[in-house]
Amino acid sequence: MTPTATGDAIQFDRNGKLKHFLTISGLPRETLVGILDTAESFVSFGKREVKKVPLLRGKTMVNLFFEPSTRTRTTFEIAGKRLSADVINLNASRMSTIKGESIVDTVRTLEAMHTDLFVVRDSASGAAHLIAAHLPEHVRVVNAGDGRHAHPTQAMLDMFTIRRAKGGFDGLKVAIIGDLLHSRVARSQIHALNTLGVAEIRVVGPRTLIPTEIETLGVTATSDMLEGLSGIDVVIMLRLQRERMDGQLVPSAQEYFNRYGLTEEKLRHADKDAVVMHPGPINRGLEISSAVADSSRSVILEQVTNGIAVRMSILATIMGGSEERS
Amino acid sequence: MHDSGQLAAITAEMADAIVAQQLSAPLIIGIHTGGAWLAERLRAALNPAPPLGTLDISFYRDDFSRVGLNPEVKASNLPVAVDNRDIILVDDVLHTGRTIRAALNEIFSYGRPERVCLAVLIERPGRELPIQADVVGQSLDLADDEEAKLSNNGGDLALNIIQIGKAIAGKIA
Repeated sequence: MTPTATGDAIQFDRNGKLKHFLTISGLPRETLVGILDTAESFVSFGKREVKKVPLLRGKTMVNLFFEPSTRTRTTFEIAGKRLSADVINLNASRMSTIKGESIVDTVRTLEAMHTDLFVVRDSASGAAHLIAAHLPEHVRVVNAGDGRHAHPTQAMLDMFTIRRAKGGFDGLKVAIIGDLLHSRVARSQIHALNTLGVAEIRVVGPRTLIPTEIETLGVTATSDMLEGLSGIDVVIMLRLQRERMDGQLVPSAQEYFNRYGLTEEKLRHADKDAVVMHPGPINRGLEISSAVADSSRSVILEQVTNGIAVRMSILATIMGGSEERS
Repeated sequence: MHDSGQLAAITAEMADAIVAQQLSAPLIIGIHTGGAWLAERLRAALNPAPPLGTLDISFYRDDFSRVGLNPEVKASNLPVAVDNRDIILVDDVLHTGRTIRAALNEIFSYGRPERVCLAVLIERPGRELPIQADVVGQSLDLADDEEAKLSNNGGDLALNIIQIGKAIAGKIA
């Protein structure tokens, strides 16, 4: 079930328009910029009397989460509802997969109830691709996180937050810090940052949490936190995913915080206007200090707010038709 | 149609016709893109100049499931609340009426205006909805394969008549 086995061509319809949003890898720059531009015009909707547009009226969207999630599921739900879709949330604990039904059979059953759009999170890499490959032509799939592979909508809202904070991507130096090994977010961010043309991407963390092949993605890796932070414009902290760790990858929480936890003192090595991001949920005192997380440098809550507009943009982009405009 | 010539005369007449509507403290709203240009001209001709808003109706169009989102969608911007307010809705060309239908839906998602008055530069045949303008700059009897389109060359507005698939068939300046 490797994602590349099905190919990224599955994301496009016969007119070359985006129809699923499964991975950022292979998407052209103009597609990413288009999603960010459209999201910009959705930002103001939160302030309107009626926070809805009729684009997905009459469409049924199913949030299919085989892994727990709060902000991703909630912001997808709000995004779907603001586009006037009927949104149904299904959580793994109540699902028939527990009774032994395969994920494809579950999705086919739901599709038989005339679902138009699936938003899928699963612990297996490639789950969203697999589902997309087994559904009829008119049904759309969004990857809301699959195993260690990708979390493309999170990466897009991070790009949106960076563009709003920094005005663009040219010349930016970005550091991604922490548990790169288990992070699907980091992988999607690296693809997006490279496609959008930042100057430099550094990944920083203990050697045990940095995949050996990561530099092939176009980043430089270091285990020295201060070297990694030096002159950086955007600091992206990753959550230390303790629930994914089955071995002894980190010596102790205290030692991890001492070396890689982002404190005000360490942040001084970054550019004076550097912003701090985190996909959440944050572990205060483990990968980031409360002082930094709550400081004016932090755009962590903006990321959550931006998640709604960016997800509206992605849903509207893949759900629209692709006939020629008259 | 150029600002200095015929177009300026028509917009001046339109401004007079808007005054005759006796609106109270109106908000003038132009529909992107041609309507927004025209609304700016009309606003300048009104005294006192009303607040100016712009509307991008892309999210309210009825052809989304066929053609998708307009890739160049712009943000709508209404500087004051529409509740209980008189509104001058401005577009360059009234053709099928679908754009106006979408614009009305969008305006009502902001609130409940007191009255909406529609002002268009060009009225042409081809209505598909029961919508008519209150203020019309000029009526043109265009054929199905003809299109009237406002252009803006560095602040200089001109109306071009285009035969679809062919070169410019006529120009009002």
